[in-house]
Amino acid sequence: MSEAKVKKTYTKQDFTSDQAVRWCPGCGDYAILAQTQKVFPDLGVDKEDLVFISGIGCSSRFPYYMDTYGFHTIHGRAPAIASGVKLANPDLSVWVVTGDGDGLSIGGNHTIHLLRRNLDINVMLFNNRIYGLTKGQYSPTSEIGKVTKSTPMGSLDRPFNPLTLALGAGATFVSRTIDKETKHLQEMITKSHAHKGTSFMEIYQNCNIFNDGAFSSLTDKETKLDTVLWLENKSPMIFGVEKNKGIRLDGNTPTVVEIGDKFSVDDILLHDESDYVIASLLSNMTYNDGFPDPIGVLYSIEDTRYEDMMMDQIREATKKKGKSTIQDIINAGDTWVVK
Amino acid sequence: MSKTTKQVDEVVIRFAGDSGDGMQLTGGRFTETTAIVGNDLSTLPDFPAEIRAPAGSLAGVSAFQIKFSSRDIHTPGDAPDILVAMNPAALKAHQKEILPGGTIICNTNAFTPKNLKLAGYETNPLEDKTLDDHYTVYSVEMSKMVALACEDLGLTPKLVDRTKNFFALGLLFWIYDRPTQPTKDWLAIKFSKKPELVEANVRAMDAGYNYGETTEIFTTRYTVDKASLPPGTYRNVVGNYALSMGLAAAAEKSKLNLFYGGYPITPASDILHTLSAWKHLGIKTFQAEDEIAGITSVLGAAFTGSLGVTATSGPGISLKGESMGLAVMAELPLVIINVQRGGPSTGLPTKTEQSDLLQAMYGRNGEAPMPVLASSTPGDCFYAAYEACRIAIKYMTPVMLLTDGYLANGSEPWQVPNIDDLESIDVKFADKSSVVDGQFMPYLRDKKTLARPWAIPGMKDLEHRIGGIEKEDVTGNVNYEPDNHHYMVKTRAKKVESIADELGKSEIFGNKNGDLLILSWGGTRGACRSAVEALRAKKKKVSHLHIRWINPLPKDLGEILIKFKNVLMPEINSGQLSKIIRAEFLVDVKGLNLVRGKPISSADIQQAANSLIG
Repeated sequence: MSEAKVKKTYTKQDFTSDQAVRWCPGCGDYAILAQTQKVFPDLGVDKEDLVFISGIGCSSRFPYYMDTYGFHTIHGRAPAIASGVKLANPDLSVWVVTGDGDGLSIGGNHTIHLLRRNLDINVMLFNNRIYGLTKGQYSPTSEIGKVTKSTPMGSLDRPFNPLTLALGAGATFVSRTIDKETKHLQEMITKSHAHKGTSFMEIYQNCNIFNDGAFSSLTDKETKLDTVLWLENKSPMIFGVEKNKGIRLDGNTPTVVEIGDKFSVDDILLHDESDYVIASLLSNMTYNDGFPDPIGVLYSIEDTRYEDMMMDQIREATKKKGKSTIQDIINAGDTWVVK
Repeated sequence: MSKTTKQVDEVVIRFAGDSGDGMQLTGGRFTETTAIVGNDLSTLPDFPAEIRAPAGSLAGVSAFQIKFSSRDIHTPGDAPDILVAMNPAALKAHQKEILPGGTIICNTNAFTPKNLKLAGYETNPLEDKTLDDHYTVYSVEMSKMVALACEDLGLTPKLVDRTKNFFALGLLFWIYDRPTQPTKDWLAIKFSKKPELVEANVRAMDAGYNYGETTEIFTTRYTVDKASLPPGTYRNVVGNYALSMGLAAAAEKSKLNLFYGGYPITPASDILHTLSAWKHLGIKTFQAEDEIAGITSVLGAAFTGSLGVTATSGPGISLKGESMGLAVMAELPLVIINVQRGGPSTGLPTKTEQSDLLQAMYGRNGEAPMPVLASSTPGDCFYAAYEACRIAIKYMTPVMLLTDGYLANGSEPWQVPNIDDLESIDVKFADKSSVVDGQFMPYLRDKKTLARPWAIPGMKDLEHRIGGIEKEDVTGNVNYEPDNHHYMVKTRAKKVESIADELGKSEIFGNKNGDLLILSWGGTRGACRSAVEALRAKKKKVSHLHIRWINPLPKDLGEILIKFKNVLMPEINSGQLSKIIRAEFLVDVKGLNLVRGKPISSADIQQAANSLIG
């Protein structure tokens, strides 16, 4: 909490609780948990200052397995509970673990309001595009026409694009990673932590029971080089097995072009994490046939944080009115004495 | 001509006008001044939910009633002695409640054909003599007189006309012999940036005062002696404000940070407003995105060691139900305030009701017992809020505090407490004593209170996980075993029940046995006490018992009930607490259930009592 504290050296084991992990064998959540426990010793945060808050769903069991402070709460409300934790003690490192149902359906309201307030809270949204815990209904990120138990003739609603939604809500840090890309996952966790303000990290996570292979084209060796656009700040948006494809702006419209006779690397759009327009354009490639899925940090800017401003107001009011006690307020106003 | 002065014991005045006529402000100023004069008083604001209903319409009538007295009084009065009606709609809406022989003062200038039509009058009641048989009517050209008083100020006629409420106030100040200076001082501060408005309102008030003094219309002034209240320093206090002070006092005494999360809702919003203005006390307020975030942010703050409080009204409580269940499960201290209003659904947002008691008791899924208490007067909101915080912290439990629209907006003289005299609130955070084999045990309970240890993020070696899934006793680990669940259900209930041990003996007003016991809870206390006083004055064997704690109920309640031949329970609902008491004690409680969006009157209660015991 304070500067004076001696930072301890931790190992993965220090962040592993004594509780048996109860996800289905083969679930993508295992990888995310493992990478989190692996990278946390390097964050430089004392264990007692870490808090994991979750809602309801498969992903929301996460806090039980982390040997930090944790609170497994109710469906959709983790961002609001985490806000209370952070406002009560802004020195804590607060993490929200949620899913596509928890964070975007029942709790969508809290997610967007957390993002606009920009509290320094890290959101890990496990997106498996399905409801796992309730056994396989479609989710708000399921592709249209999804056949599930509750939609035998196919789902009718258009999916949410989590990153577009986050950008629209005023997020200051928006990223995406994949459960199977362990190194990248670690890197995104580290960057989320380093960001001052709400960090929104979507993690593509495979539900091998109810939506197996939802992201296989992004993870299979044969296809992934053509389907994933790995984002590097200030680097051209190039992808493909031969690294010969890129994103080029044709007027205001992004297009996929081949680098060769017609276009050179210089024609390819440079990624800029601080550019909102580029971030929007990238986020909208998802669910958009013909485009690769962008993975990495789409957007990262510095902005004022709610908790800092709240504390500033308290300091300002105290300076202006002087440190008072409730007795001063009780005694104030028109009073009279009965003898 | 000579003016006579008459001494009276108590007076009930009702100010009524259009929503835009400033009736709440007028009533508020009359109240503050009456407090300074030293009368006991009680007030009842009554305003529409619409911010500005069409001008002149019945729907737009806003009223403020004050009763003041040289004696100790308990209610804002039943029927007014004097009605100030600023327009025909105000007269129409309130006329039938004036005491026969009462007085009506009208702003004649507002009795235009258009306004008369809007109010549904076919002829002008000020001219057709229909009122004269029953009331003394004073037709005063208030609008005209404020226009004359302010004519050289260069203000628009519209602005000048808005000062007419101060004319009425000045006139009433004269009639009841009250000083105008405190209101002049108040105006100077209120409109410090608009001196022309200070001047206009002062002139309007003086014009009203002088009108009483100089015209021959008003021949009698009334004086009301100071009330003989217990010695001490007093101030006037409004319920929601008293409640906010109680919360802040609890935070200070417990040395916890107060974290308030909430969403605006009538009639609870003033708690949010009040606490938000006290940042210099270190209070954190958070206007959340909805009712659910209001309580869940508080739950997060409580998990992190703050004194967490949220306030709302019935519809908000419905939304907060699941979160309260989590607070019961997580055993975290939390105070939830329900400023009850008329329901169901949106119901009557600005009117009072006591109809959320069963919701407070049982409105959560599963067996989710929660301590519930109710405040009984505007000033008592302070002590009830303090008590709610103290119990929440001591027993590590969410506590529901019930108030209502009448208590929240009503006011009364309040003896200023010294917070050193309040019962202490000792917070003992968890320490190594709750660590077994290197592992913190979040459900290793205190043997006496059954409270679990409170370890908060930032505390070294006490890291732990809690949640809404059933927990194993002691370790707090997820546990689905049948016997453990049964034990935890019983233990959570026992914890709440055990609070009764510290509540002490019930105080009966009157004899310990007799023909009738009148039972009250919440805001009906005053009306019940007044009724019992009146009945006892007529030698009836009637006593009064007020119940502060609904859950747990007082331990001695059963023994008290059986000593009376009849038990009557007035409630502004269809009999919610009487249902519980009948079930608990198998006593045939009779209800007086009037659900009209306004307080039950002492007269109603006396009538019900008389019909029971003759």
